[in-house]
Amino acid sequence: MSKLAVNNLYKIFGPSPQRGLELIKQGLGKDEILRKTGLTVGVNDANFSVEEGEVFVIMGLSGSGKSTLVRCLNRLIDPTHGEIRLDGEDILKLSTAELREIRRKKMSMVFQNFGLLPNRTVLANVEYGLEIQGIDKGERSEKATESLRKVGLKGYEDSYPDQLSGGMKQRVGLARALANDPEILLMDEAFSALDPLIRGDMQDELLELQADMQRTIIFITHDLDEALKLGDRIMLMKDGRTVQTGTAEEILTNPADEYVRRFVQGVNRSDVLSARDIMAKPLATISITQGPRLALKEMREHNIESIFVLDQKRRLAGAVVIDDVSQAIEQGKKSVEDIVQEDINTVTPDTNISDLIQLTLNSPVPLAVVDEKNRLAGVIIKGSVLEAMIPEGGTEDAE
Amino acid sequence: MLNNLALANILQEYRLPLGDWFASLIDWMRFTFAAQFDAIRSAIDWLIDKSGDLLSFPPFLVVALFVVVLAWFLSGRGVAIFSFVGLLVIYNIGLWGETITTLSLIITATLLALLIGVPLGIVAAKFRPVDIVLRPILDFMQTMPAFVYLIPAVFFFRIGAVPAVFATIIFAMPPAIRLTSLGIRQVPEELVEAGEDFGSNWFQLLFKVQLPQALPTIMAGINQCIMLSLSMVVIAAMIGASGLGSVVLTGISALDVGMGFEGGIAVVVIAIVLDRLTQGRGSSKGYRN
Repeated sequence: MSKLAVNNLYKIFGPSPQRGLELIKQGLGKDEILRKTGLTVGVNDANFSVEEGEVFVIMGLSGSGKSTLVRCLNRLIDPTHGEIRLDGEDILKLSTAELREIRRKKMSMVFQNFGLLPNRTVLANVEYGLEIQGIDKGERSEKATESLRKVGLKGYEDSYPDQLSGGMKQRVGLARALANDPEILLMDEAFSALDPLIRGDMQDELLELQADMQRTIIFITHDLDEALKLGDRIMLMKDGRTVQTGTAEEILTNPADEYVRRFVQGVNRSDVLSARDIMAKPLATISITQGPRLALKEMREHNIESIFVLDQKRRLAGAVVIDDVSQAIEQGKKSVEDIVQEDINTVTPDTNISDLIQLTLNSPVPLAVVDEKNRLAGVIIKGSVLEAMIPEGGTEDAE
Repeated sequence: MLNNLALANILQEYRLPLGDWFASLIDWMRFTFAAQFDAIRSAIDWLIDKSGDLLSFPPFLVVALFVVVLAWFLSGRGVAIFSFVGLLVIYNIGLWGETITTLSLIITATLLALLIGVPLGIVAAKFRPVDIVLRPILDFMQTMPAFVYLIPAVFFFRIGAVPAVFATIIFAMPPAIRLTSLGIRQVPEELVEAGEDFGSNWFQLLFKVQLPQALPTIMAGINQCIMLSLSMVVIAAMIGASGLGSVVLTGISALDVGMGFEGGIAVVVIAIVLDRLTQGRGSSKGYRN
């Protein structure tokens, strides 16, 4: 069973929203409904499920309904129609008191502009969720201090929010959400108000925290790079509708429609693609015991200027280049052993593409991708790195 | 054309007895609620007495020093010095007794206005229908010339300090309601959402999130309430409330420029001291933005 399952969820703003629901079922679009009735369609037939321990990213541009959708999940906004099952129980059917319990114990939210109370100290802010549950002072201050330590804010307990930088404020927001020990974290554009450098740091730290905590996280963002970096799965929204749900690779390599295609065109692919995605099978290799004439023949045949050399156990020994091979033939050498360049650059299949750029540019031979046993898994030439950085085409070639 | 003529005739020949209606309403209220008005009268009387006692029981210098210390902590040294000098001047020109009487009226009126106004403001902020009903009533209360309240006040509570306090409450309460309501509605949506998201109930949300954030605005409302109470001092003297107002009024009727000026100066001093005391608390000090 999924941790959280959303089925046929609709939210329509305005008086008598049921009328809007009828029109949607008749197949009218968001703009038409607004023009006809003045009703705004916030969420239009959302369907998704989130597994325990997963980071599920909901992304879309502003006005796509993603913030409305996440507020439906804890009922800060009451949906018009549909069901939201938390551990199988429909939270739309809960009483106010039961809902309050869910909010206190099971779900916590991190807000875009932090949502910190300016009249309270950092510690008192983090304690807030515990305080309203009536937990006594000693216990809640202990839990809050521990939560602050987790996000790296030990020592700032007595500061006030206005004394902290944006990144630190959001750490407080995160600590406050974690203090309740929730099963689900809702993060609404949590890092969008931060400058890019701090945002990157916070993303890394969230991933580190998540590796320890294994919470279920629903992360809202308008930034595709952020979505690709954080999300185990990503759901793209437009005009309140789901456009595509899938992993980062699925969305990049197989956009569902023109909208997604345009969306992913702007993405910085270097963050998502690794050596594995762009490496090609080696055209030819020779064994270290073989002679320079064979090496020359292979190079001529495949129109390449260097060739990788493997040892008897098929492990990568190095490479030879065409000039050395010609010389060795003139000198009558029987094997390539003497002319092998052993100090060539190698990378693993998981190496990020942005780290490959420098290596390929500096290397006279193509980059060798080796597995953990130092066996040659593939090669990367300069061209394929650059090609992969350019949207579309590049990824197709790599496959 | 015919219709227009008929309308013109009606407008000229028939006069709407608006004043009569109001007079009948007041008359009816006076007799129907006589017992209630009497009870209110003694309650307000008691409050005025007690607050007067509170101020006249300690010797003048003790009260003055207390005000100075308060001013120092709330608003700083300048206001403290001004308060001290101002109070000494009032004492010196022999108006301390009248000042106490006036202060006890203001304290009573402000206290009651806030007691009614702040909760009403909270309710108006939280329930939209209340706000819609309240708004025209507040407009009415604030723009109707203050003198007009004096007449029914006298009908209900007879001559003296009590009708003065009653009229003052009606005149001074609107800003307390409006600014409390405004302050609560201005609390950033995200803070309210955060409060709700962590599972606050209605009262926790109000007392732990909304009221603390609205405090500066509510303090501005309290400040306005006090200032408006002070502005009623002279008007209230016309229906027999004693104090600085009656000093000014006597000065006017006797064409005694000096006497009127002295009474006026005392009112100004009290106004500035009270204003700085309440504003200091409302703006920067003691509250973090």
